[in-house]
Amino acid sequence: MTDLRITGLTKSYGPGAPVLNGVDLSVPAGRLAAVLGPSGCGKTTMLRIVAGFLRADAGTVEIGGRIVTGPGTHLSPERRRIGIVPQEGALFPHLSVARNVAFGLAGSSPAERRRRTGDMLDLVGLHGYGDRMPHELSGGQQQRVSLARALAPEPAIVLLDEPFNALDSGLRTGVRADVRAALRSTGATGVLITHDQQEALSTADLVAVVRAGRVVQCGTPQDVYRRPDDPWVAAFVGGVVMLPGTGRGTTADTALGRIPLETPVDGAAGTVVLRPEQLTLGAPSGRAPHGTVADVSFHGPDTLVTVAVTGLDSPVHVRVSGPVAHRPGDPVSPAVTGTATLHLPRRDGNGCVAGGDGPAATA
Amino acid sequence: MKSPGTRGHQAPPAPARSDPGPDDAPAPSRPGRAGRRPPLFLLALASAAAALALLPLVYLVVRAVERGPEYAWNVVATDRTLELLARSVGLAAVVVTACLVLGISLAWLTVRTALPGRRAWSVLATLPLAVPSYVAAFAWISARPDLAGFSGAAFALTLVSYPYVYLPVAAALRGIDPAQEEAARALGHGPWSTFRRVTLPQLRPAAAGGGLLVALYVLSDFGAVSIMRYETFTRAIHTSYKASFDRTPAAALSVVLVLMTVLLVAAEARTRGRAGHARTGGGTARPASPAPLGRLKWPALGWCSAVAAAGVAFPAGTLGYWLAVGNSRTWDPRGLLETGGITLLVAALGAALTTCLALPVGVLAARHRGRTAHLLEQAAYAGHAVPGITVGLAMVFLAVRFAYPLYQELPLLVTAYAVLFLPIAVGATRAAVLQSPPVLEDVARSLGRGPLGVLREVTVPLAAPGIAAGAALTFVVCMKELPATLLLRPTGMDTLATRLWTETGTGSYAAAAPYAAVLILIAAVPSYLLGRHRT
Repeated sequence: MTDLRITGLTKSYGPGAPVLNGVDLSVPAGRLAAVLGPSGCGKTTMLRIVAGFLRADAGTVEIGGRIVTGPGTHLSPERRRIGIVPQEGALFPHLSVARNVAFGLAGSSPAERRRRTGDMLDLVGLHGYGDRMPHELSGGQQQRVSLARALAPEPAIVLLDEPFNALDSGLRTGVRADVRAALRSTGATGVLITHDQQEALSTADLVAVVRAGRVVQCGTPQDVYRRPDDPWVAAFVGGVVMLPGTGRGTTADTALGRIPLETPVDGAAGTVVLRPEQLTLGAPSGRAPHGTVADVSFHGPDTLVTVAVTGLDSPVHVRVSGPVAHRPGDPVSPAVTGTATLHLPRRDGNGCVAGGDGPAATA
Repeated sequence: MKSPGTRGHQAPPAPARSDPGPDDAPAPSRPGRAGRRPPLFLLALASAAAALALLPLVYLVVRAVERGPEYAWNVVATDRTLELLARSVGLAAVVVTACLVLGISLAWLTVRTALPGRRAWSVLATLPLAVPSYVAAFAWISARPDLAGFSGAAFALTLVSYPYVYLPVAAALRGIDPAQEEAARALGHGPWSTFRRVTLPQLRPAAAGGGLLVALYVLSDFGAVSIMRYETFTRAIHTSYKASFDRTPAAALSVVLVLMTVLLVAAEARTRGRAGHARTGGGTARPASPAPLGRLKWPALGWCSAVAAAGVAFPAGTLGYWLAVGNSRTWDPRGLLETGGITLLVAALGAALTTCLALPVGVLAARHRGRTAHLLEQAAYAGHAVPGITVGLAMVFLAVRFAYPLYQELPLLVTAYAVLFLPIAVGATRAAVLQSPPVLEDVARSLGRGPLGVLREVTVPLAAPGIAAGAALTFVVCMKELPATLLLRPTGMDTLATRLWTETGTGSYAAAAPYAAVLILIAAVPSYLLGRHRT
């Protein structure tokens, strides 16, 4: 069991804005962290530096307390004990499945290699596929072999670079769950690079949100979703309702009434951030906020209702489970359940370290 | 990303779902590759190959001026050099012009018109690539001895080199969006005006690149001009080397010739760059519907038949004739077998050495974009600009001065092949390595392989088919090589090409024919595949 610690990692390609601008991230041993960010935010560059394919301009990477990238230090990739699962698997097309999995076991005896290869294929649910060639496998199977290959040499860290991108959505959920189970059972520390917030929230123990070469927030999936550090993070990890509001201690006053806050703010005006599923729709009555249904879109498990609220410039979205009877033009009264976060203008997000989370925090 | 400051809006449920593209590629250059440092052993091996490729060129210059620059200048600055210059340039100009006419007309007829049997004509149009210039010259002079001289040389060279124009122009024609021509027609231009004003300007980069290749071919050619007894630089270098003990004239003339070819290669590289640029942006165009030829159908068929007859049928027929009239005195199966065996051996050795030397350079060029990698790749391409006769001469000089035991021995000949044909093998290796994604090499590194292990277990096995194709092509060009082989072959050893040249030189056409036939048969295989590939 080995932890991964990234401190102040900086990298730029030529002049211009750096791709990584002081990334801090700490993943406790045996945990799976998702690095979530939009395209071009630097997450793949970060992965390549951790793996040793790229050199950093500044900052350090420590694996199990040993500095592998740092000032004057660069351990070559083959000596880092890191497994990588690239996009689309990247199986060696000229080798059979078994020889792909055994590729990292060069130092072992043939018998040991066979045993370990068999174990790994069993682990990812591909028992008996050893003699197939990669092109004879489906995309999901290739991805599982890729994971088996990465795990076979018992790496300290496994890096997964958007491994589910190429799979169609029906397959994705299953492969994701299997990958998580396989990682858990080997106890490897994992880093999952992704731009898909659902994937990050549902698969990882920790989510680090990256923007413009920095980690702007990291914490448990629940934390990042419920207590986003700023409106950008809130919008990036899921649907949001944003209201102008003024902090009154433990509550904030908004056009939708008085809403309880996660953290108290006094007297300052800012943006109150809620999730669409925290809103409910009731019948309009005297003092409650007034709204008119602008649009209804049905998604199957839930329905998204767009409501124009008196006193608000833009409409709000309300997620209601199941179908609804409302039609555009109906008068409704939106109400809020649960707590919200209040964000003061111009708050600058900064790097963070999520090393302190105990196992209980992820439950 | 939407600005998070706006009130009351909702972000899309999964913001980045709509963008499943490759993540994180910050702006123009691929980030990962740029930062990778080439392993030392690869740099060392590639540097060795590049040095070997440059060595003859450098030594040629050293040798030319070693008796002092004035002496070399006096040797070169003569009326005779001027005359040679005029002869070489004149020949090149005539051949290039003829090739442009042949190449462009055939390309247009086979790609864009309703010419009956278009596919067959396009294969026929590429076949002359398989005919070495000296074989074409042999075929014509043995049938029409009066052709000897300028006209014969121009004729033979045109018929073997017009495919260098035909192939790129045909490819460019296929790439042009027919909608442009339709627009011109709709704007009131007739077919000829449309071709001249819309199509032809877009063919210019391809035609210019092809024309420069033809010029390079003509300047470097030794076989056809010597069989046609037309004195150009290459023939003069050979004569001067054979006739005189003073090596300076041959070396100095070689330097002038190399200067000319280097200029051509530089010009060709420039047009190629621009042609590539001109072709981008189109995507895949809808194939043009073939233009009906109407009354021009029979003249067009006549034109294609005439070119095919002169370029393919006539040499084949002449060969057949000489084979048929051969008798037991001229027809020597044992000699043919022996020469064929020796040719296969030297070509195989040449291809093997060339491929080995090309491997580090090709891998470096494909995987490591940097100043050093680029310089090494360029150096390895030196052979592209240096005519075979000058490489042969430089190797003779080097061996006589520094490695006499190697003089007129097999290793020297094989090394000359490597210098000459390194560009072919490097190009093939680079393209083959680029075929497989570099992430496979990253994965292999993460699984514990060092750079050498990655090369041995991943890069080379994956690129093997492309490298093998390059080796096969190198093998064929080694077999056909004439001028360097003439200078460097061990005494008493003949390849098919040198034997053909010797027999033709003494007028023993019937004795030369079997060697020509075998050469064509072997060389036709890759040309045929190439032609099928492109049509």
